[in-house]
Amino acid sequence: MDDVGLSTVLLAMLAGAIRVSTPFLFVSLGECLTEKSGRINLGLEGTMVFGAMAGYAISYETGNPWLGVLVAGFSGTLFGALHGVICGLRLVNDIAIGIALMLFGRGLAFFFGKDYIQPVAPRLPAIEFGWWASDPNLAKALEINPLFLIGIALAIAMWWAFRSTRVGLIVRTTGDSAPAALALGIDVKLVRLLATAAGGFLAGVGGAFLSLFYPGSWTEGLSSGQGLMAVALVIFARWNPLACFGAALLFGAAGALGPALQSIGITRGYHFFNAAPYAMTLVIMILSISPKRSLKGAPGELSITK
Amino acid sequence: MADTTASAPPSAGLAESLDRLRRSSEFVVIPLLALVASAILFGLFLLAVGKNPLTFYSLVWTGGFGTAFSWQNTLVRASPLILTALCVAIPARLGMTVIGGEGALVLGGFAAAVSAIPLVGVLPPVVVIPVMAVSAVIAGGLWIGFVGFLRHYRGINETISSLLLTYIAYSILNFFVEGALRDPSDPNKPSTMPIGPDYMIGSIPGTSVHWGLVAGLVCAAATWVLMNRTTFGFAARITGGNVRAAMAQGLPVGRLIVISTALAGAFAGLAGFFEVGAIHGKANASLIAGYGFTGILVSFLARHNPLAIVPVAIFLGGLAAAGGLVQRRMGLPDATVLVLQGLMFVVLLVSETLYGRFSIFKARGT
Repeated sequence: MDDVGLSTVLLAMLAGAIRVSTPFLFVSLGECLTEKSGRINLGLEGTMVFGAMAGYAISYETGNPWLGVLVAGFSGTLFGALHGVICGLRLVNDIAIGIALMLFGRGLAFFFGKDYIQPVAPRLPAIEFGWWASDPNLAKALEINPLFLIGIALAIAMWWAFRSTRVGLIVRTTGDSAPAALALGIDVKLVRLLATAAGGFLAGVGGAFLSLFYPGSWTEGLSSGQGLMAVALVIFARWNPLACFGAALLFGAAGALGPALQSIGITRGYHFFNAAPYAMTLVIMILSISPKRSLKGAPGELSITK
Repeated sequence: MADTTASAPPSAGLAESLDRLRRSSEFVVIPLLALVASAILFGLFLLAVGKNPLTFYSLVWTGGFGTAFSWQNTLVRASPLILTALCVAIPARLGMTVIGGEGALVLGGFAAAVSAIPLVGVLPPVVVIPVMAVSAVIAGGLWIGFVGFLRHYRGINETISSLLLTYIAYSILNFFVEGALRDPSDPNKPSTMPIGPDYMIGSIPGTSVHWGLVAGLVCAAATWVLMNRTTFGFAARITGGNVRAAMAQGLPVGRLIVISTALAGAFAGLAGFFEVGAIHGKANASLIAGYGFTGILVSFLARHNPLAIVPVAIFLGGLAAAGGLVQRRMGLPDATVLVLQGLMFVVLLVSETLYGRFSIFKARGT
């Protein structure tokens, strides 16, 4: 009896880690790219929510969920570009504008998304990797969305690009020291604008995953702070795209713990398990940051770790 | 341009104060311009979705400020906004961006309800109500004070930590309200036991506005005095200007930060006390109403000036109060006000870049 319960929980956490981690993965890769260029975007929460709404709406109107993903990405690019342009102005604080764009993005998403709460849109298909499994729970856990695989490929590509390409070097230099980048003839504002816009694209795609795959419908409470957690997740992952993948899996598993326990009848701590990713982030930050030194691997220009 | 200098000033003192007025008017004129600009942009947005902006603004006027009834509605919404805005404004003086007032409000309200439940019927309201207020203030103060502590002693960015704590606060509320502290007689909405009408705070006589408004006004004024007329406020402003300089001066920077953030959280907690003690009568998810987040906008619009927070909070309270009317009459979603708020916030921050750009606000030698 206990064994069944335990394996159910572990399976649910595995499934959760795979499903719940995908939006975390995309939004944190986006945030990682933006932060590597020396800027922070707290507005990705709003971008994600808007992406979720836009993706769902487009999928419903056109019947093509992949078109929805694309449109969500491009709407994210617009938000990112807006953030990038405004931060390029003198005297404007990137944290404050992030908060403002978060509220604005959520407002717009709720405004236009009102009509899409009821209708059912075509959802993203899953690839069934669990065909060999006799256990239906395991088979269900191994239904993997292609976006998860794209996310992994992207994490590896970004890790490689930061390490060994010219573009990666330009982004890193811009993030580490604007004067050094200027001396090399790099247009700092332009690099940051592009990095923020590209980060917005990824956040939009992450949002579309939420509404089009898991949980798979558009509601106003869809993303409860996942875009914000991405900021902490990137710190936790030390600005390394590969570590972002690991951290996203961990956050996904932590987020799945509550529902998993609920499924075997343990409902008591449900809300605490909901808070687990936030609490975990905070504890990790407390343990790994010290006032004496800035974080290892942190871009030198980043305002939150200076 | 030249006329003030050319015509002999009646007294140097008057010219000087006029000059000061002109320079400080920059801090009023630019936010006002930003408000007008966002109103115009939002008007264009409404046109784009096929609605009449003039109808919208006239409905906002009617619903927020047009009648005695709508004024009362506005003021009820303004009072938590004043308090949560102070939660942003005080740390802002120390150069910190704390955005977790929402969490402190939620926990404050929760603490107020929890501390009242065992006392209801045992002790008279005169005792219980202050106990509720104090619990709320302590809960909020510890919550945001912890953010300040982490910032100074652990080097953790206060924006991120306060936001994470907000989501943790939501979970704490939901955990107890749906579990151990749930009122079993209320099947509809998970809530704590009601504190009962006898233990609720009444309204200001002759109105339907609760005493939270008065508390907000007093707190705003007290904060202004504290920040502008005391050595504590002076030290806080130095710390906000340059932490290293403050440390070199021997100021107790750590203590300043913790006390200021705790005070900030105490105000947000107090807002939660009034939401429970004057409006809901129990703690439940209605506390999560976004006052903390609108408070951020209020404080930024007021440029973190405690006195300016009051009119701005009333203005945004009116906007929120008019939301329902706009929704019914124009068939707009309830998120319309949220769009307008977000747009205002964005435009306001863009307008920050204009400071120091206009020569009309510059000091002139006589």
